[in-house]
Amino acid sequence: MKNSTLIRALLACVSLFMAGNVLAVDTERAFDDPALQSRYEQVTRELRCLVCQNETIADSNATLAQDLRKQVREMIAAGRTDDEIRDYMLARYGDFVLYKPRMTGKNFLLWAAPALFLVIGILAAVIFIRRRAAEADIATDTDIAGSEAGKS
Amino acid sequence: MLKYIIPFGLFAALGVFLFIGLHRDPSLIDSPLIGKQAPEFSLPSLQDPTFQVASKDLKGKTWVFNVWGTWCGGCRQEHETLIAISRQNVVPIIGLNWKDDNAAAQDWLRQLGNPYAAVAADQEGRVAIDWGVYGAPETFLIGPDGKVIFKHIAPMTMEVWIKEFLPRIAAANAGKGMQS
Repeated sequence: MKNSTLIRALLACVSLFMAGNVLAVDTERAFDDPALQSRYEQVTRELRCLVCQNETIADSNATLAQDLRKQVREMIAAGRTDDEIRDYMLARYGDFVLYKPRMTGKNFLLWAAPALFLVIGILAAVIFIRRRAAEADIATDTDIAGSEAGKS
Repeated sequence: MLKYIIPFGLFAALGVFLFIGLHRDPSLIDSPLIGKQAPEFSLPSLQDPTFQVASKDLKGKTWVFNVWGTWCGGCRQEHETLIAISRQNVVPIIGLNWKDDNAAAQDWLRQLGNPYAAVAADQEGRVAIDWGVYGAPETFLIGPDGKVIFKHIAPMTMEVWIKEFLPRIAAANAGKGMQS
């Protein structure tokens, strides 16, 4: 008896976790073919909904997102590759439509910045350590000199 | 001395960047269409579905393409400005009625006046996607060579019209004069 209550409680928990899927915006399955469906899910998760800027078109219920999902669905059905779909969106909406930004001449500095900062940091550390070491050397030298002088 | 100047300089530079960033509107996204051929379209006219409003009929003209809908507050806001602009008779304004109810859109034009030379009804929103439209109202300027010259996102104002559109229209028309 006790066991079955436990199982029931567990089941309730599991179904609560599963409820998240029900809340997903894009509920209707676009394709019967699981391969196409996963491509569809992948692509719609990479494209930004430009009206609701911090959502992908898979997550948004804005009319524009719905229209763009439809566009993606039709392009996949028409046999276009993921790259073709991405290029199609890029040509119309620009780089911002990609959730994962590309590296272009314009934002090169942004991409290079972490490496650049790392190099600057290492250089600064090296210079600092060397200087400290040099100062310490001088200090110990004078110490030794001082103590030797004191001895004699 | 340098020890203080360098960090302060870096801090000031960062401050300048952040300050500029603070005053930029993230909802304004540059259109990749600028300088490229405008996407072709042919859609039924809002007022007369048997008549097609087609971009190819506008070749050789400088024209303005305004995306609107009765569901869009900013469009209501800019409507008087569009009417005033259309009265100047500088360029034709072609409307794209985006995902709207035909009857409501016709009522809107009857009640508020019609600044458009023609209105294409894009009920499915396909032409809007082709033009990279993401938020109405959006206003494009297309040159006689069929290229997109400029795009204004947000309601049209007289200031924008005079500052951004009129000089570009004059330049586009001057270019056309030299070609012919």
